[in-house]
Amino acid sequence: MDNKISMDNKISDDRRSFIKKVLNGTIGGSLLLVFSAGAEIFKSPEDIPAQIPSLKNKEYEITKAHFAFIVDITKCIGCGSCCVADKREYNVADGYYRTWVERYLKDYDDNVYVDSPKGGLEGYQSPREDIDVKVRDTFFVPKLCNMCKEPPCVQVCPIGATFQTPDGFVLVDHKRCVGCGYCIQACPYSVRFLNPVTKTAEKCSWCYHRVRKGLQPACVSVCPTGARKFGDLNDENSEVSKILKGPGVITVLKREMGTFPGLYYIGARREVI
Amino acid sequence: MDAIQHISPYLISNYVFPNDIHVHWSMMIVLYPYITGLVDGAFIVAALYYVFGVEKLKPVARFSLIFALAFLCCATLPLLLHLGRPERNLNMMITPSPHSAMAGFGYIYGISMGVLVLIILFIYRPFLVEQRLKSKGVMEILYRLLTFDSTNVSEKSLNMDKKIIKFLVAIGIPIACVLHGYVGFIFGGVKANPTWSTPLMPVIFLFSACVSGMSAIIFAYIITKTFTKQKIDMDCLKILVNTLAGFFILAFCFEMLEVFSHTYLRSGYHHMVEGLLNGPLRDSFWKYQVLYFSVVPLFLLGFICLLPIKQWLYKFTAFITSFLLLLQVLFMRWNVIIGGQLMSKSARGYTEFHPEWFDKEGIVAVIIVMAIPFIILFVLGRIFPFWEKDSVN
Ligand code: SF4
Ligand code: SF4
Repeated sequence: MDNKISMDNKISDDRRSFIKKVLNGTIGGSLLLVFSAGAEIFKSPEDIPAQIPSLKNKEYEITKAHFAFIVDITKCIGCGSCCVADKREYNVADGYYRTWVERYLKDYDDNVYVDSPKGGLEGYQSPREDIDVKVRDTFFVPKLCNMCKEPPCVQVCPIGATFQTPDGFVLVDHKRCVGCGYCIQACPYSVRFLNPVTKTAEKCSWCYHRVRKGLQPACVSVCPTGARKFGDLNDENSEVSKILKGPGVITVLKREMGTFPGLYYIGARREVI
Repeated sequence: MDAIQHISPYLISNYVFPNDIHVHWSMMIVLYPYITGLVDGAFIVAALYYVFGVEKLKPVARFSLIFALAFLCCATLPLLLHLGRPERNLNMMITPSPHSAMAGFGYIYGISMGVLVLIILFIYRPFLVEQRLKSKGVMEILYRLLTFDSTNVSEKSLNMDKKIIKFLVAIGIPIACVLHGYVGFIFGGVKANPTWSTPLMPVIFLFSACVSGMSAIIFAYIITKTFTKQKIDMDCLKILVNTLAGFFILAFCFEMLEVFSHTYLRSGYHHMVEGLLNGPLRDSFWKYQVLYFSVVPLFLLGFICLLPIKQWLYKFTAFITSFLLLLQVLFMRWNVIIGGQLMSKSARGYTEFHPEWFDKEGIVAVIIVMAIPFIILFVLGRIFPFWEKDSVN
């Protein structure tokens, strides 16, 4: 694999300045926030201007980057745009999820009600009518591959079809995978499934193909509230490294599993699993 | 759901992770350890005779080996049916990943197969030599191959054979234990699944393997001898039943130890496991695996092992007990493999599993896969007559 990838900026200056204008304009910006989170994703990936600042116009050295994903639970509004983007980006079959959004409701007795109908794909327009209790607290939790630093899925794959890249990605080689499903059993976060078409293991890849072009993952680029953040930890100026080095409680899921996730959560309560 | 809610406050919403709705390792993965278990148990019976010199087991020793071979031939079948891309199965041998427990399967399987075939060829050498001298053409070439192109059946060479057989079976024992302990480890090594992830798993698999294999031998022995109106060697049967009782007590103790230590510790995922055993697995675990197919056989075994009873009653009870124990092990496999997956990794709920009829991992496929070893056994029986009375010795 070539270590260096030249990051040609394919977007013409014209278009970029136009998009800048739209983004900077207050009306445009708020309109984008309200209506076009979904519309954005109908465009082809190249049209999306959400480049990773640290990668833009820079040669990307795979061994020097270390990517991290941060989910800010306090910002997630459960709109499901990320799930729609993901579904379109990968044509994910019905009933399977590379990413999903969970809704947590807590009552005054500390009972926790969790659900994720259709993985949150259609958002959460209605409250849960099946629950006849006073709700004290509610929040949404997006889930995706944790890109574990010690990934059990890689450990168990008998043929090395699931592997780790130097820049922190855990990927599946679909040309090698035999579809035994051992990785599906081993992933403590249940992010893996057997693709019903290719009959090989599939999971969230943090949009590796986009990242290597200097773009943000599809879900990150459509999130209207910035609840999903992605970037290179080795770049001190990136948002993710500032967050991770800064104050505030940041946690990972199922720490006791010893998987050392590369996916961090801001504002996750202990109820989140 | 109501019952489950009472058990665990964590389950209030029965939330299953969206990808956990599907049970990935289904019926074929239940069959795989079941079949390898039968192989191991049968092999242990043979080993008791060939290595440990338990002379009374002579009548079933050769049958056990051929039985083991017939089932070993089919051990990969359920795995192949289960794979999403079966045509790539050899990748496991060509580019094995050193970190993966499963990567060793092909090698361990290959070695077991090689050793078992060699043992059988040496044991049958005098008979095969005789056949070779009688046959012509292609068959002669075949027999030449099977006899290592040697017609020497002098006492000296037969003694040599005996030593070789003893050696091969002796190394075959650890291989059989590795094969099945390893199958258990494949499950035990999945830390994300609290019902599997226990160091006891390989041990439980190993002992239950012995139980299923021995039960199968007893069952087949009684049934074939009864149908062909031949005499059942009571000494042999008694040794088999006693050994089976020993192995079964150990297997059952370990299975229960596993559950009770979870229950007593009440730590971590205990509530989920408890909810599983008392919820979706209530019938298949407590009622079938434990009560009908473990406690009942335990009493039956106690009855025939400890009390002086009439021969016909002994045979009849041994027959029933071995059948129940065959089911016990099948249920145990089901409860571990399917049951373990019914529990979502969300630790907040359970999914369901309904086997299909005509799927490639469906009920019909299971019946076919289980029938094939018997067909192979029948064919092998023509080439290698396995009951003692047919012996040329
Ligand atoms: S979250 Fe699951 S699939 Fe992703 S790296 Fe960790 S173990 Fe592997
Ligand atoms: S399903 Fe594919 S990626 Fe997963 S363990 Fe099996 S071979 Fe490896």
